[in-house]
Formats: sequence, structure tokens, C-alpha cells
Amino acid sequence: MKFAVKALSSGKARAGVVHLGSCPSSIETPCLLLSTRKGLPIFISPDLLSSLPSPDSNLLQFSPLHLEGASSTLVSSGREVSKRCVNIGQEARWGDTTPNFDSSEGPSPKTISSIGGLHQMVGLHEYGFAAVARDSIQCLPECGSTNKTGASFETPCGRRLIKPVEYMEMITSMKPNLWATLADEVPAWANNKRNKTSVDRTVKWLDECIARSPLLLKLVGRGGQNRVRVNPIGFRVVRAGGAVFGSIVGGSNIEERKRCAQEVAVRNVSGYWIGGFGLGESMEERPSLLNAVTDNLPKDWPRMICGLGLPEEVLQGVAAGVDLFDSAYIYHLTIGGFALTFPLDRTEKIDYNYQLSDQGSDRTKINLRATVYRKDATPIVEDCCCYTCQNHTKAYINHLLNVHEMLAQILLEIHNTHHYLGFFRSIREAIKEGCFEQFQKKFVQSRREHLAADVVSV
Amino acid sequence: MALRFEVLGRFNRARAAQLTLPHFACQTPLFMPVGTQGTIKGLTTDQLEEIGCQIILGNTYHLALRPTSELIDELGGLHKFMNWPRALLTDSGGFQMVSLLHLADITEKGVTFQSPVDGKPMLLTPEESIQIQNRIGADIIMALDDVVRTTITGPRIEEAMYRTLRWVDRCIAAHKRPHEQNLFGIVQGGLDPVLRDICVRGLVDRNLPGYAIGGLAGGEDKDSFWRVVAQCTAALPEDKPRYVMGVGYPLDIVVCSALGADMYDCVYPTRTARFGTALVPEGVLKLKHNAMVNDTRPIDPTCACMVCKNYTRAYIHCLVTKDAMGSQLLSYHNLYYMLQLSRNLHSSIVEGRFPEFVCDFLQKMFPKGDVPEWVCNAMDVAGIDISSCCSS
Repeated sequence: MKFAVKALSSGKARAGVVHLGSCPSSIETPCLLLSTRKGLPIFISPDLLSSLPSPDSNLLQFSPLHLEGASSTLVSSGREVSKRCVNIGQEARWGDTTPNFDSSEGPSPKTISSIGGLHQMVGLHEYGFAAVARDSIQCLPECGSTNKTGASFETPCGRRLIKPVEYMEMITSMKPNLWATLADEVPAWANNKRNKTSVDRTVKWLDECIARSPLLLKLVGRGGQNRVRVNPIGFRVVRAGGAVFGSIVGGSNIEERKRCAQEVAVRNVSGYWIGGFGLGESMEERPSLLNAVTDNLPKDWPRMICGLGLPEEVLQGVAAGVDLFDSAYIYHLTIGGFALTFPLDRTEKIDYNYQLSDQGSDRTKINLRATVYRKDATPIVEDCCCYTCQNHTKAYINHLLNVHEMLAQILLEIHNTHHYLGFFRSIREAIKEGCFEQFQKKFVQSRREHLAADVVSV
Repeated sequence: MALRFEVLGRFNRARAAQLTLPHFACQTPLFMPVGTQGTIKGLTTDQLEEIGCQIILGNTYHLALRPTSELIDELGGLHKFMNWPRALLTDSGGFQMVSLLHLADITEKGVTFQSPVDGKPMLLTPEESIQIQNRIGADIIMALDDVVRTTITGPRIEEAMYRTLRWVDRCIAAHKRPHEQNLFGIVQGGLDPVLRDICVRGLVDRNLPGYAIGGLAGGEDKDSFWRVVAQCTAALPEDKPRYVMGVGYPLDIVVCSALGADMYDCVYPTRTARFGTALVPEGVLKLKHNAMVNDTRPIDPTCACMVCKNYTRAYIHCLVTKDAMGSQLLSYHNLYYMLQLSRNLHSSIVEGRFPEFVCDFLQKMFPKGDVPEWVCNAMDVAGIDISSCCSS
């Protein structure tokens, strides 16, 4: 992995470029990591992914916990059910009489390795994967059950405790382009003692994860992001299995945030993953907490964050100098039947006189379940060039939502992702033009004004 | 009439043809995926085109409920509404009435039922069914028939058969767009050859653009099933398409094609995908099963679809029944399998190697040579020698 800062605006916001081995082109930052479930987008099938703008859409977030629970116990249970059944024109019956033991466990790390890793397994060879244990949609950190042996997460399969050794086994088999070390994240209301423990623990696990990450002895050139130690003979020891991002926590405590960042900054990592946000801190207190972290990190290494989903939150992250973002925003919009419509054109004037037919709309998104769209034969956004807007109407999507058809979510995820990637593009443009601070102010203000206008008109 | 049917190749009763419809020129034999509510579950129209889908079936009953045929008409018809550039077929709505509704009652007027929306008594007449289908705008529309399950016996079957003929006349009279939409009649008559014969003659007399064989695929034994198909295909005109409704399993499609049928529809491939079952040359593969957890082979190594080219059984296993993506990928593969089967049937007949194709198909599905008797009997009548596939 290579990263370089190309432009700065308003002091801290930076535009950069990240290059990952598997991606043919470099990706500009700040950028959005698309959310995945088990390595593939939640609704967009892999052949439709290419309809999204490239290379913006080539970076995917992935949680190893999605594939966790490989059924080592089930496989060795002694049930020999490897015979395939033969269709004789009916839904076939199995030869043996044991109950049909259905499972949906993920393939074991050994199997994933034999397939060749994550990229091979999900058929996305030219995409970049960032592996983080936490996934704001499905794998939420559960600090109450986290203890000194491992981090606890609430997952669809129940509560899971992951130890650094297990986590590293998954990372090693999956070979993501970059990965965050295992962290102990606590919500904003955790008490000081618990918070302090989380910092100590996270740093300890960082060291453990690094110690367990696979090493590769090879001849490499000088420089690059992986901090290499040159031994007298001239071989360099490099990290295989992806670039390490050191995790930084600290809750809502400025001092702890600073302490953690300083500790991690001296570690042998290629980037930083900022955890513990989006867990109850307020919009007001967030900027100072973010700055407490980024002010204490070297400028040349990339910073990734989890849990800042909404546009306003992303802007806060950018303002503090974060480069990579994952977001649950698109997922929640999609399953709610919402489509993003906020203007991406930065020169558009704020218009207070919108029609009352925009009822319920806050001009940032529309809810396609609303009956007002039943006969609307126009696309979601008039000049949007996403697959959905080029091929389908609001009326059709309204119908699909009404009859609970999966295609609705597929089309919405495509549009929302496309639109949000456009938002990130505007951010990058503003930074490169040196006017990010104004961009952020104007964006936040225009959204507030629409809400205010809403209140007045009702 | 708004279609052209040109036979391009034959083997005994089997035929490969070009069926030119207003929206698309199709090659038969063909399988039609069922897009009940104006969409094939989880697939985009682009993907459907990509895998070679030629015609999609829409359910009149469901579409009339939501979003209503009037709305579809107002927005330019179902093709435009779904953005599907190829062909569409709508059924009459009759079957859903009978299969879905508790209190459906059939009289000479039509099918009376309780509206699922508000419980009001409603009536679907032949005229109303055709009007709805005229608004939806499919290339092929189906006459409202009085359909009875083949598992029923007695005078009801004869009553239904004659009523179907009377209703066809009312459908023809009500049809406002004969130059854009092709009205197919449906042969009924249960498992009784005499009744089936009367029905076929009656429909042929009406000189319709195409004919369907209805009332099958409902639980009757396979031996009766193929005999009815054989009888009907023998009696229906050579130069018009023959559509066996509700079929089905790949094996059934191969047999019916050998007997001279051209078109098929079934929810089976997509429905079974949602339960984690993949269609393969050997039969089916249950991806949910434990044995798949660490199986790194593709679903079907001989399949050229995107799913088989990129994914292992192990990965699909962890998706199925848990994630929407699992359903999507399996539906994609299963439909690809059915459409590839259609293409193989067409090309093997055109290229004069149909018997070889049938033998190969049966050998893969019954490697031990235990081809079911009904298949052997049917192939006998079809004039195809499958002795190399049978162990007995």
C-alpha cells in the first residue's frame, strides 16, 4: 500500500492518493469504503458493481466476523453427508436418514487460504479490501462483555468474543489489502476507568496482532509505507497479508485520546484506524476528540475511521484530517426505502421556495414508499448517471417497495452509493481548491435551513 | 395475429423454431422465467438480458392488485414500466384465483372471489381478464380458462373443459389489440383423452395464434402427465407454438420437447434458489448442507455463468438463506442453467444431434442407468433411442 498527501485545505483537511496492490488505479482520498457483508455488497451483485464510478468505488470495507464461526465442530461430527442427491423429477431425498443438518457457517480459515484469500473467494480481484472487526451495521462492539482475553461483538449469530490470535488467523487467511488491529471500543458514556483500560488493552492487542501477522522475507525497494527493517545482508522483512492500521481508541476523553494516539504513533504500522466514534458522542464534542487524535499522528500515514456515517459527520472527520471512511448511512437509507437527492453541484444556490409537493422531503432524500411517487415516471435524480436512474423510474421502485421485492433494495443501494460517492468527490474538489472550510459551512447550513423552512411552512 | 412461427429444424416430433413476437425474436424450445410482480426476484433486466432470457411471464392477478393494470397502462405498458425490451407473456389470472384464494368460486359468468384487499366479493370474467391483459400490454396473453387440478375426478372436468371453450369465444370477442398481442387458448380436459381431444379440436377451430396445454404440473403422476402432453402435441397444429404451462423440472422440459412442445414456464428455478438449492446436470445441489462448508469447487464446473466462474460452493453456502446476495447469486445460476438448457435444446435439434443431446442429458442425471420408466416410455413415443442410458 502506498499513500501520499497531495493537497491541504484549512490546515488539516487533506486530499491524498492511496494505491493498493490489487487495484489497477490509485484511489483519491478522502474516500468512502463501500459496506459489504461477507465481502460482497449487501444488495449490489458483483456484476453490477462495475456500473459504479471507478476507481472511487473500488475500496470495500469488510469485517472478518461475518465469516466467523467456521464449523470445525460440525465438520468433525462424523456425519458423512457428502453424497449429492439425484433429481428424478422431484425435490430429491437424501440417502441417509440423519436429519438434514443445515448450517450457514463461513468457510474455515484453512479453506479461505486454499481458495487464495478474500479477493479470490468473492471474485473481486481488482478491488481493495479494508478489514476491520467492527462493522457499524452488523458487528457492533459490546464493551460490557469485552475482557482481557478478547473483544466482544454483537453479531447476527449472537455475541462473539474474538481473541487477537483468532482475529489474526482470519486476517492471515483472508489477505485483505489493509486491516485494523483488534480494538476495545467503549461508548461515550463509559467511565474513566473503563476508558483507560480500553486504551491500554487496545495498545496491547495492537502489539499482539503485529507480532502474529505473517512475515515475508523478500527483496524490496527502499521507501514505501511498510516500515522495513534492513538487516546487514540486504533482505527486508515486510508484512505480508496487508498493511497494518494501528487502532486508536479513548472514548470521550481528550487526554485518553491523546495518549492512545501517541502510543500508536510510535508503533510499526502503515496507517491508523480511529475507533470508538459513532458510539454516543455528540456532534459538538466530536471535533475536539478527533483533533486530539489526529494532532498526535504523523501526517504522512493514512487515517481511517469507522462510525461517521452522515454527511455532516463525514465533514467533521475530513476537517480533522481523516482520509478513509466507512458508513452505515447508505445501508440504512436503502432498507428504509430512501434515495439520496441532495444537490452535489457546489454552485447551486439555496432555494427556499420549494413546492409543497416535496412534502415530507427534507431535500436531502426522498422516501420512495410515499404514494406521491406511484405514477412518477421520472428517475430519482434527473441527471444522475447511475444504473438505477438511467434505467428505472420512481414509479417502478415505488411498486417494488410496495410488493416487497428485493430489486428495490438493489436499485436503491446502487443509486445511494453512487450519490454518496459523488458527495466525496465534491469534498475532494473543495479541498484541492483550498475552500474546504467554506464547503463544510455551506453544506451544513443549507441542510439546517431546509429544516427551518420546513418548520415555517407547516 | 402478431407473431411468426418458423420451424428451423426437427427430430421426429421435436422441433426448433424461431418465434417472432412484437418485442423480440425468440428461439424455441424456450423457458420463461416467472416475474410475478413485474420483476424476477433479485435480478435486474440487464442481468436477464445477459444470461439470454427471451420472454418473462407476468402474473395478471398480482399486477392487477398492485400497482393495477390502469396504472401500468397509464405509464405506457409493462414493458416500459419494468424497462424490459424483450418479450412478455401474461397469464389470465385464473390460476392464482384458484390456487391462492380460499373462497374462489367458478360460475359461468367467471371466477368469483373475495378481494384480498378489502374482502369484497369480486368477479373475474373472461372479458375483464382480457381487458386487464390488454392494458398490461404483453406480447402473448392467455385466455381465461376453467382450470381444475388433475387430481380431481368426475363430471367437474368435463364441465370445465366445455366452459373453457365457451370462455375462449368471449376472450376473443373482448380482445382489443389482436395486432399487437397474441391470444393463446389453453387446452383443458384433465387426464381424459376424449375430453382433451374435444378441447384441442375446439381451440384449433378458433384459429388462435398459439396454444397452451394447461391443467398439468399439479401433482398428477408422471405417466399420465407425459401422455396428455403427447396427445395434445400430436393434435395441435404444426405451424403454431405449443406452450406447456407450469413445466418445470429440467427433465420434464427435455421430455416435453422430445414430444413436440416449444415453451415452458415455472417458478421452480428461482424458488428453489431461495431455499439454497442449485440446479446442476446431475440434478440438484443443496448448498445449505453441511457438506458444502469447505467445498472449494464451483457449483457446476461445466457452467459458464458468472456465479460458477467466480464462486465456490463454500462461499455460496455461507450466504444462502442468510443473505440477500445468496438468493441473488443462486437465482442467477439457476436461471442461467434453464436458459442454457433451452439454448442446447434449440441448437441440438437444429444441428441434427438431438438424440445425442438427450442421451448425454440422461446419462449425467442417471449415471447408474436408472432412468425412470415414464421417461423411457415417453422417449419411445418420441422416437428417441435412449437404450444406451438405461441399465435394464
